[in-house]
Amino acid sequence: MRSTRWAKNLLELIRRTSTDLPADVEAAIRRALQREKRGSRAAWILNTILENAALARKRNVPLCQDTGTLVFHFGVPVGFDTNALMAFTRDAVAQATRKGYLRQNTVDSITGASFETNIAPSSPVVCFQQVARKTVDARLVMKGGGSENMGRQYSLPDAELGAGRDLEGVRRCVLDAVWRAQGGGCAPGVVGVCIGGDRTTSHYCAKEQFLRKLNDRSEVKVLSRLEQRILKESRTLGVGPMGLGGRTTLLGVKIGTVSRLPASFFVSVSYMCWAFRRRGVLLSPEGGIQRWLY
Amino acid sequence: MKTLQYPFTESSIRTLRIGEEISLTGRIYTGRDRLHRYLAEEGASPVDLKDGAIYHCGPVVLRQDGKWAVLAAGPTTSMRQEPYMARIIEKFRVRVVIGKGGMGEATRKACRKCGCVYLQAVGGAAAVLATAVEQVNGVHMLREFGPAEALWDLNVKGFRAIVAMDTSGRSLFKRVETASEKKLRQLLA
Repeated sequence: MRSTRWAKNLLELIRRTSTDLPADVEAAIRRALQREKRGSRAAWILNTILENAALARKRNVPLCQDTGTLVFHFGVPVGFDTNALMAFTRDAVAQATRKGYLRQNTVDSITGASFETNIAPSSPVVCFQQVARKTVDARLVMKGGGSENMGRQYSLPDAELGAGRDLEGVRRCVLDAVWRAQGGGCAPGVVGVCIGGDRTTSHYCAKEQFLRKLNDRSEVKVLSRLEQRILKESRTLGVGPMGLGGRTTLLGVKIGTVSRLPASFFVSVSYMCWAFRRRGVLLSPEGGIQRWLY
Repeated sequence: MKTLQYPFTESSIRTLRIGEEISLTGRIYTGRDRLHRYLAEEGASPVDLKDGAIYHCGPVVLRQDGKWAVLAAGPTTSMRQEPYMARIIEKFRVRVVIGKGGMGEATRKACRKCGCVYLQAVGGAAAVLATAVEQVNGVHMLREFGPAEALWDLNVKGFRAIVAMDTSGRSLFKRVETASEKKLRQLLA
């Protein structure tokens, strides 16, 4: 494997993710601005957000100073050397930190000491999956702590919410989570939801929803309808951008499922801030760029 | 848009009302979790915070040609400082607290009592807010706390924010939360 090409292109993946808001997210923010009253606080905030996206792109600096947990999703061909890919990824993260695309954002959980280049046990997070293709599918999601702290997991039935083990119960959980988050996760955000799983796989699946484009629809009809319904209902809450009031509380709702045990019914909700940093690229087995995915 | 200039006088701070848009110019100090705990529990501040502003922020800073350059500097969640904020406002006579997501009852009361406001900057707008930073005057506690948690002494010009808690005890967040709770009850009825 050609190490210099891999290093260069993985660094480019990180740079783009950190500094260049994806087009589908920016378009959703523009649509939100149309809905808000002219001269309102909400419009002022959304305009600042759009200005920030343009400035970060132009100046090649992070959209948000919290460059987040780095989660790489790799789909690799059969027989591909994932150890080497892991090493290239860690090198690229260290390089991106030195260049200021990433903040020194990783600390020891006991001492609080900062890791110099974000290289630590479990940082970055790297997930490999074998795929029946000849190319390497590399995707990166960066999620900041403010939004991550807004995530919740419900175990149904939940008497207080009146949420039973059905889609209506799921709806009640998601609306509750969105209300509790207020502007704390940097609204307007996107919620990734998972129905089912155990506690771990449920949260993982909720976050996997962030790999979907905002304008896609779930292939499962009832879920697609539920996504649209919750998105519409979120507008009536009046939480608004940054929680200071307005018509836009969410930019999207994405729901997935995994199977569960008969005894468990988890609903996991992950909140992604408006600074929705997600990029992906198809690379040849030698590390050359074939096509950008977002 | 109202302008505020460091040092912030109590009388000018007491004229501010929730919802007002502010453009802030002059000196501000960044600080987050570790610094707040230190200031509240241990004592002396390395800088004079009187009539000053604390900004809840851990910036992306690079050392370029012997100088510090702030690349990204948006607000971090303020609520984590709630156990310490009221004591810091009283002890050091801080006039302006800037952050995101709002703060709790103790801070709201301290703002009213001491003549301090809480400003909400646009969360995530790190590039825009970094361009308001004109100069890095210095950095304190860098070795102890690391770059994201250190106290950065900055000069800003035209730094934008919205008054979210004022000196008469009003909170914009509280209002939105109460109103949205009503709507939530309707949706879940």
